[in-house]
Amino acid sequence: MQNALQIAWLIPFLPLIGFLINGLGRKHLSKSAIGIIGSGVILVSFALSIWVFLQVKQSGAGYVANYFNFINVAGLEIPFAFQLDQLSSIFLLIITGVGFLIHVYSTSYMHDEKTEHFGRYFSYLNLFVFSMLLLVMGANYVIMFIGWEGVGLCSYLLIGYWFKNQEYNKAANKAFIMNRIGDLAFLIAIFWIISRVGNVNYSDVLLFAEENRFSTTDITAITILLFIGATGKSAQIPLYTWLPDAMAGPTPVSALIHAATMVTAGIYMIARSNILYSLSPLTMNIIAIVGLATALLAATIAIKQNDIKKVLAYSTVSQLGFMFLALGTGNYVAAVFHVMTHAFFKALLFLGSGSVIHAMGGEQDIRRMGGLGKYMKVTHITFLIGCLAIAGIPGLSGFFSKDEILAGAFARSPILYAIALGTALITAYYMFRLYATTFRGSFRGTTEQQHHLHESPGAITTPLIILAILAVVGGYIGIPEYMAHGAHWLQEFLRPVFASSNEVLKPHAISHSTEWMLTGISTALIVIVVAYAWSRFSKKPELEDARGVGKVLENKWYVDELYQKVIVNPLHKTAGFLNTFVERLVIDGLVNGVGRLVNYGSRQMRLLQSGQVGSYIFLMVLSMLVIFVLQFFLRK
Amino acid sequence: MIAVLLILIPLLAGLISFFLKSERAARSWALFSSLAALAVAIIAVTANGNESNLAFRADWMGALNSSFSIRMDGLGKLLCLLNAVAFPIIFLGTWHTQYTKAANFFGLMLLTQAGMMGVFLAMDALLFYFFWELALIPAYFLCSQWGGPKRIQVTFKFFIYTFIGSLLMLVGLLYIYYHTPDRSFDIKSFYAIQHHITGNEQTWLFWLLFVAFAIKMPIFPFHTWQPDTYEQAPTSTTMVLSGVMVKMGVFGLLRWLIPVLPAASWAWGDTVSWMAVIGMLYASLIAIRQDDLKRLVAYSSIAHIGLMCVTVFSVNEIGMQGVIIQMFNHGVNIIGLWIVVELIERQFGTRKISELGGIAQKAPAMAILFVVIALANIALPLTNAFVGEFLMFTGIFNSAVTKYNVWFTVLAGLCIILAAVYTLNMIRKVFYGNTVERTANAIDIGLMEKLALGIIVVLIFWIGIYSQPFFAISDTVSADITNSILNKQEVLPVIKK
Repeated sequence: MQNALQIAWLIPFLPLIGFLINGLGRKHLSKSAIGIIGSGVILVSFALSIWVFLQVKQSGAGYVANYFNFINVAGLEIPFAFQLDQLSSIFLLIITGVGFLIHVYSTSYMHDEKTEHFGRYFSYLNLFVFSMLLLVMGANYVIMFIGWEGVGLCSYLLIGYWFKNQEYNKAANKAFIMNRIGDLAFLIAIFWIISRVGNVNYSDVLLFAEENRFSTTDITAITILLFIGATGKSAQIPLYTWLPDAMAGPTPVSALIHAATMVTAGIYMIARSNILYSLSPLTMNIIAIVGLATALLAATIAIKQNDIKKVLAYSTVSQLGFMFLALGTGNYVAAVFHVMTHAFFKALLFLGSGSVIHAMGGEQDIRRMGGLGKYMKVTHITFLIGCLAIAGIPGLSGFFSKDEILAGAFARSPILYAIALGTALITAYYMFRLYATTFRGSFRGTTEQQHHLHESPGAITTPLIILAILAVVGGYIGIPEYMAHGAHWLQEFLRPVFASSNEVLKPHAISHSTEWMLTGISTALIVIVVAYAWSRFSKKPELEDARGVGKVLENKWYVDELYQKVIVNPLHKTAGFLNTFVERLVIDGLVNGVGRLVNYGSRQMRLLQSGQVGSYIFLMVLSMLVIFVLQFFLRK
Repeated sequence: MIAVLLILIPLLAGLISFFLKSERAARSWALFSSLAALAVAIIAVTANGNESNLAFRADWMGALNSSFSIRMDGLGKLLCLLNAVAFPIIFLGTWHTQYTKAANFFGLMLLTQAGMMGVFLAMDALLFYFFWELALIPAYFLCSQWGGPKRIQVTFKFFIYTFIGSLLMLVGLLYIYYHTPDRSFDIKSFYAIQHHITGNEQTWLFWLLFVAFAIKMPIFPFHTWQPDTYEQAPTSTTMVLSGVMVKMGVFGLLRWLIPVLPAASWAWGDTVSWMAVIGMLYASLIAIRQDDLKRLVAYSSIAHIGLMCVTVFSVNEIGMQGVIIQMFNHGVNIIGLWIVVELIERQFGTRKISELGGIAQKAPAMAILFVVIALANIALPLTNAFVGEFLMFTGIFNSAVTKYNVWFTVLAGLCIILAAVYTLNMIRKVFYGNTVERTANAIDIGLMEKLALGIIVVLIFWIGIYSQPFFAISDTVSADITNSILNKQEVLPVIKK
């Protein structure tokens, strides 16, 4: 383990080096050099992550490595330190593993960019991986926050990668600003923690909580504030609207940042702080409700979207909602499990959509696609696997993790379960609407596009195939107890991380027969929905404009418009009022008024300086008289 | 003696500069002098354990019991360092800007530097006041002689404001002087004054001095001179004003207000903090609507300085450290912003955001350096301002002297979000998108400007990642200032609001 500690800093450091080389050398390096450096550093980080993971697995314990004092003033000590334990090592694997595949994919996908911009792209991507690794490796909340805002910055840079397009830039700004709203809450939570604990190290803060030294107010406030932070980064109500707009970025970015890794930071944060949450039932309920509401809302919106990436974006928001539902029901392992399986199948789906968009010459509207299965076999099969996995068809990864979340929801309340199941059914429906409209039926685009249709090159299809395999087998690390005793490897592995939470929560297990029944019901319903959507949209895709409720869904429940009306416009108006009225007329007017008064006064006074001795004498006498009179009265 | 050199070098170099004939000579002379001052400042700051070199005392006005007493403590070290770092960067960054009567221009710039050095070093109230004026008067001429089209009107406003401030301060200082038992302007006598005056007197004195410093910082509602002056002053003077001179206000609070009048500072801290917090929100909102780059940066600066003011009156050691380091950071960062504004104005002939666009395509180096500095300005982690703001907010939240600490944290925190709004929108409109007519043939920045901005970027990341050496400079000052209030609780009840 000591060995692993000594080299652990290399894991984030290598991508940082990659960022610097590609960023500074973008005009001098060739595209292949940029691609090799950019992907190579991530590959080495991945190898190191595997090693760290094996070490952690072997020793079964977590370690903290201190490097230097980031801040050490007036008794406040914040070390620059990394924590390597079960939770962080799982995330390391996901980030570097999926990250590497997406880097390889990008070498081909972005190949038409100018070399300079190609270098810029890879440097941003490396910087992102660096920040994300800081986020999960940090041993205290401040290091996490550094990574937290760092990934936000990279997200901003990559959404606005094509910076000539102002719409994209606006989307980038929106993402950054909405994230900042959450970040403020995160920061206040950190200040609150400092005020009570005196530092921000996970070990101290969590111990403080375990010893029940936080008051109820403190712990509720801290957990809610942290959760608000999570709603920003992980796109939950009310701060989710930036994520669909973030699809303005290149598709591999959507896969890496806006599906597989960054947006799961909120789940990581809560899983990391799990004991705080377990001690705050109120916050747990809020999280469960917000998560489920987000899952449902986003799923309904996805039904009527026609942009292939937008469907996937809303599906991501919805799946993240499922993860928060798991957290809110105290089912931390299930949340982490779903983060992992989701990383596989959602990265797969996004990369698949990129392959489609590539073949279609940039077209993203599924109404102009259709029948693509004939032209691109690998993309087709792998995309189908992704859809089956996200829908929760038995045997694929999504089935296991989603099933666990649903079971946890049932244990808490049948109502939660019913809504969650309904959402899962909607998910199956819109995913197969997407699949069938894109790959089934006949081609609806232009003949020119049809001639252009082709399977993507190996650098694109290989990551697809690997991710498809993972999307199938990824679930077998978490086989539920009712199917096979002691087969839930992930649960065993993560047990130390959630040990104290489990003591507090004492989750009441549901009987195996009930679980079998629940699984049976949900599986049957999902299969029916899949079959229905598949056959319906293969034969008759939805081409005409939506009406009625459909129109509301297509317009995303008009939430963006609502925010514009209720928050943005009033803010802008207030700013304008302050600028034109208060600042110019009131305050400046007052100041200028005083200035004019002084000017006027001195002009009048100047008249007294007439230079005539007579008037001076007159004034002297007058003044003496006044003084004399005053003296006379004052003496009395 | 080193401390004296810090004042003497710019003072003499400034006077010599007036006699130089060519513009080139004056420019090079100014850069040379500022580098010499920087070298001395670095020696002074790194001279550990050799404190005797950092103090100097000579008879000055014996009749008034005022002496030429200067000493470089932790606070002075960091601010002198800022003052010394700022000028070479300013001269490099505006190397290609042409000035009429350049000899006079650079002479006045250096005199300003000398005055500010004195302000940060003075340990005698009268001397402090003397240097305060010495710094202001050249600045006034710089604005009125080399400013923009509305310079006369605006400089008049600037003058009236600062003159009123100086007058109030002088009255306050004299009043304190007359009540010191030993009739002395020495800082020790000033720090003991609290035992010799009533609570009522403290209150009046507090407001006299506070308004003087508040005008300088500036704090809402004493701020309206600032956007106008920044806009009209020649940009290199604006850099001096906003990068270094506004710190004289914050410095004044830390050295000449809080330790002198601790009870009143405690009693009126909330009132002042509310003013500053309202001012922060007010300035941040107004910044959103600015179309002129200079005015945008000016309002953003008001918000940043407001945060320092709230933190100072939260009287928390962590926060105090944050303020001290942030004064340095803010100075460095804002000079960087001004350099780019100056380059934009010189090249495209406008500062209007609505008339610019797409510069990043043509001038990537300028865009990258500007974006880095702008991100530091909105306190992104691993930049210098994050360290400062993080500590300041921690200080405010953990303040023991106010019951509104959560309110101040949240309201001031909203400005973090608003800062992202106006900064990113400005970047988007000026640097991204397609080029417009003016920017179609933009050329990238030259070596001198790259050097100036490069130094700033290095400082940004150095302090942002490894700030410990800089905290070591300011040393125990924050504890001393904090304790000057917190340990004086026995004198507090005399104040009635």
